[in-house]
Amino acid sequence: MKDILSELEDRREAARLGGGQKRIDAQHGRGKLTARERIELLLDEGSFEEFDMFVAHRCTDFGMEKQRPAGDGVVTGWGTINGRMVYVFSQDFTVFGGSLSETHAQKICKIMDMAMQNGAPVIGINDSGGARIQEGVASLAGYAEVFQRNIMASGVIPQISVIMGPCAGGAVYSPAMTDFIFMVKDTSYMFVTGPDVVKTVTNEVVTAEELGGASTHTRKSSVADGAFENDVEALAEVRRLVDFLPLNNREKPPVRPFFDEPGRVEASLDTLIPENPNTPYDMKELILKVADEGDFYEIQEDYAKNIITGFIRLEGQTVGVVANQPMVLAGCLDIDSSRKAARFVRFCDCFEIPILTLVDVPGFLPGTSQEYGGVIKHGAKLLFAYGEATVPKVTVITRKAYGGAYDVMASKHLRGDFNYAWPTAEIAVMGAKGATEIIHRADLGDAEKIAEHTKDYEERFANPFVAAERGFIDEVIMPQSTRKRVSRAFASLRNKQLKNPWKKHDNIPL
Amino acid sequence: MFDKILIANRGEIACRVIKTARKMGIKTVAIYSDADKQSLHVKMADEAVHIGPPPANQSYIVIDKVMEAIKQTGAQAVHPGYGFLSENAKFAEALEAAGVAFVGPPKGAIEAMGDKITSKKIAQEAGVSTVPGYMGLIEDAEEAVKISNEIGYPVMIKASAGGGGKGMRIAWNDDEAREGFQSSKNEAANSFGDDRIFIEKFVTQPRHIEIQVLCDAHGNGIYLGERECSIQRRNQKVVEEAPSPFLDEETRRAMGEQSVALAKAVGYASAGTVEFIVDGEKNFYFLEMNTRLQVEHPVTELITGVDLVEQMIRVANGEPLTIAQEDVQLNGWAIENRLYAEDPYRNFLPSIGRLTRYRPPMEVAAGPMVDNNVWHGDAPTGETAVRNDTGVFEGGEISMYYDPMIAKLCTWGPTRDKAIEAMRVALDSFEVEGIGHNLPFVAAVMDHPKFISGEMTTAFIAEEYPDGFEGVDLPDSDLRRIAAACAAMHRVAEIRRTRVSGRMDNHERKVGTDWVVSLQGQDHAVTIDADRDGSTVGFGDGTALRITSDWTPGDQLAHIEVDGSPLVQKVGKISGGFRIRSRGADLKVHVRTPRQAELAKLMPEKLPPDTSKMLLCPMPGLVVKLDVEVGQEVQEGQALCTIEAMKMENILRAERKGVVSAINAAPGDSLAVDEVIMEFE
Repeated sequence: MKDILSELEDRREAARLGGGQKRIDAQHGRGKLTARERIELLLDEGSFEEFDMFVAHRCTDFGMEKQRPAGDGVVTGWGTINGRMVYVFSQDFTVFGGSLSETHAQKICKIMDMAMQNGAPVIGINDSGGARIQEGVASLAGYAEVFQRNIMASGVIPQISVIMGPCAGGAVYSPAMTDFIFMVKDTSYMFVTGPDVVKTVTNEVVTAEELGGASTHTRKSSVADGAFENDVEALAEVRRLVDFLPLNNREKPPVRPFFDEPGRVEASLDTLIPENPNTPYDMKELILKVADEGDFYEIQEDYAKNIITGFIRLEGQTVGVVANQPMVLAGCLDIDSSRKAARFVRFCDCFEIPILTLVDVPGFLPGTSQEYGGVIKHGAKLLFAYGEATVPKVTVITRKAYGGAYDVMASKHLRGDFNYAWPTAEIAVMGAKGATEIIHRADLGDAEKIAEHTKDYEERFANPFVAAERGFIDEVIMPQSTRKRVSRAFASLRNKQLKNPWKKHDNIPL
Repeated sequence: MFDKILIANRGEIACRVIKTARKMGIKTVAIYSDADKQSLHVKMADEAVHIGPPPANQSYIVIDKVMEAIKQTGAQAVHPGYGFLSENAKFAEALEAAGVAFVGPPKGAIEAMGDKITSKKIAQEAGVSTVPGYMGLIEDAEEAVKISNEIGYPVMIKASAGGGGKGMRIAWNDDEAREGFQSSKNEAANSFGDDRIFIEKFVTQPRHIEIQVLCDAHGNGIYLGERECSIQRRNQKVVEEAPSPFLDEETRRAMGEQSVALAKAVGYASAGTVEFIVDGEKNFYFLEMNTRLQVEHPVTELITGVDLVEQMIRVANGEPLTIAQEDVQLNGWAIENRLYAEDPYRNFLPSIGRLTRYRPPMEVAAGPMVDNNVWHGDAPTGETAVRNDTGVFEGGEISMYYDPMIAKLCTWGPTRDKAIEAMRVALDSFEVEGIGHNLPFVAAVMDHPKFISGEMTTAFIAEEYPDGFEGVDLPDSDLRRIAAACAAMHRVAEIRRTRVSGRMDNHERKVGTDWVVSLQGQDHAVTIDADRDGSTVGFGDGTALRITSDWTPGDQLAHIEVDGSPLVQKVGKISGGFRIRSRGADLKVHVRTPRQAELAKLMPEKLPPDTSKMLLCPMPGLVVKLDVEVGQEVQEGQALCTIEAMKMENILRAERKGVVSAINAAPGDSLAVDEVIMEFE
């Protein structure tokens, strides 16, 4: 009996070593942790329950039958993050470079199926050289099996990908379909075709880091939602994100005890808006002063900075924030910011996360590059996302809400539940100068008259009251009481029920 | 008494005067420029008059505009504060002509003391000790040597038109005097086109000590002790205290009596300050007299219990002094720190912008101010006093148009050590965010052994911080206290995280007791033993610190008792820990489980990028213009690009010769602090 028990322990011991101590040391040498160490950091201490520890591949080509390490290059299972269940897979680069075989894929699929059935998020830690070439099409089939599950899980359970090494070729499409992708600076990269192929095909010389490093994907491509300094920080921050998210779409977003007065007054917000309407200010100050404990988890911080997206809590409950940022491009909407915000709004709507929208938008960015790039359809994504969202929606217009962009930014007309404006709000078709030049075209030559008309227009329209008269603004509120008003608004919407008509799915302008 | 008084100033001093006026039952009128519409002094005053655009030379110092405001409001007296029109004889004259009282000395005294040479002459005649020197013109090097010998070495050879150290030489012997005379003369001729030279005694180990005098219009005059203002940066006072840790009673009396004699000699009637330079042997020499309320007057008020603003107003109202010299007692010790919006880590570059957070420490009254029942606001009383004279508020703006002073933080204690300790705690509790400021620097000075010993000279900052300020390295004992506090705080935050909804029943996360705290490259393995009242944090060496605190996650200021003594720290968020600011130090503190710490050790240390070959954006702003192109060679001092911040154009120049290898910004881009604008080969 004793031998049998110790055999289990021996087998476990062997499996835990993955590709062996030498490869573990090499992994550490690259500044990377092993698959199991990463799981340890991701999950609550001692909470990990492993599946399929002894699964081995079935390939018999190219001498593969001689090497059949237990686990086959991926560690899978479940555990808890602050006591809440999550499923996890973590690719083991020390075993065949983390390459994906048929059985490796089956292990991932197993935990994804369980996650779907039991309603818990899936967190995938990617560190893989790609397909197991020796297995050929069986490996490709494995990818597709994972893809199909990513698709089915989308909108049902949160899916988070953490790229902690290479992720290339077809492999990128699994993370691409998850809700969030995080990368580790200097040690991770993602691309469809690597630098060698790029060079052969296009003669373009580029490094892996330039082509698909964390900086590229957080700043240029927007493929990644965030990047962290190292494995330890990345996993700590993923834990922090999970604390904001519901476990599945049948559940309300989580609530936790909070140490902040919901009625906290911030007198300094009364002076946030500069006197000159063209002077920028930092919208993040408002977000931080509204949020519980000033805690804000920003998504896509480095991309399309003219719009801010991320999570805060109000009275302990998660709220998604979308806010124009006047510090960048005057906070205008453009292709990138519309796409960024639209995806975020849809994520929130999937998972019943209420949305707070802070508006200071002078309109859409004009120009050929925008029009040629299809700003019409990209801008429509955000409009569509807001319009279809049935979660509680509270909007605060701090300053400009001009033109079509006013409509887009969670206006009353798009089923906004509470639409507040600060006294500094200007809700109009366009800025006073532009409007005057159109209305009083005849006086264009006369600077004095134009100035006078502009002043008239400002007095008449550069305020929230015209909109308030029509009920497009529910109330004009004092900036200092924003946290209180917004918290109460969301509190009143806790039992909101709103359904869109039945449809197979909508046809958002992709 | 006056019914209404106008304060011809702004900022903290206007607020300060308003407080006393209000206490005396006098109505107040503020004046303000466009930039000050939202200012505190405008809100505090009973009335406010707009007097023009932001630049002071179009508003606060335009006599006609101030006179118009007086006329409009019917103010019977004007308090000028300091700076602006406070020492402007023409303004005093205009007021006199309009029959409005000037809360300051007669214009004759302003004029007499306004000129350096005249004032020195008058001082000499009044029997005030002045720096020995030869004012006449010196013909040649031999005459220079002769005069130097008469004065006694060391001497300073100065160009008459000089300034900024140019045309200035120190000589310790005949040879140096001869050589110094020639080079000063040449330099002066080249730099100023005026080669006149004079020689005076060079004061070694100089300290700046000044005497507060108070005179009425009836020939009475007293002195209210001294203020030591030796800690200066480029002639700008940073730390002041009263009394001076250097003076003895005899010197104090001699300086005080000479100062009163000088004040009487010019018919002085108001509060005034006579500045002296004092050498290592307690020889003191007259520098100049400031015929106004001094910025650092609160330290005198705190040790004497005399409200100087009240006295000035009473004197201006023609009342005789009710305080005699023998009534003046110096009681305890007061320290003032001037908080400036200057970034000490960037060579004290002025930092303007919005105060996103401004929470001064709570004011507490103690000492003579309480004993004499002199104004101390609504502050509660205590053993030591905290007084904060300020003109800003959270959400307010530090404007480019005026002095970048945020506040004057003063403490009083029965002894110097207690006053310093009270100041340390007050500085730790002072929250200022949104702009760069010198809080860490003054906190460092408060812990500097030279300051603590009281042995500082006017060269203190230049000598102790020759390469600028690079932050504070706290002693290990302080780091342990912070480590213990952070461990306890982290535990509280982690326990809260486990209370999130949706967790698996019966399988909750148990927050452990063993932690590793990493800060300043040190790892402290600790064990937390928590009970209802606090935590005992045990270290590996068997010692333990007892932590009690009411800190909860999200609090940006933590008041913690560590083994019964207070630790106040500012708490920021970083991944896996806290950013802690305390005692001038700015620390990243990570708190991890032993296993997390073990794995964190495997992480590569990432060195910050080498920025010596880059031009970084010094402030958030908009790129207006780029003056160079890629591949261009630039010379030291050449303009590289222009950044507009807060409506002000800042030209960034090359620090050294080089070739531009990349430009990462284009006109119209808005940049954050430290964004790379261009790189050099």
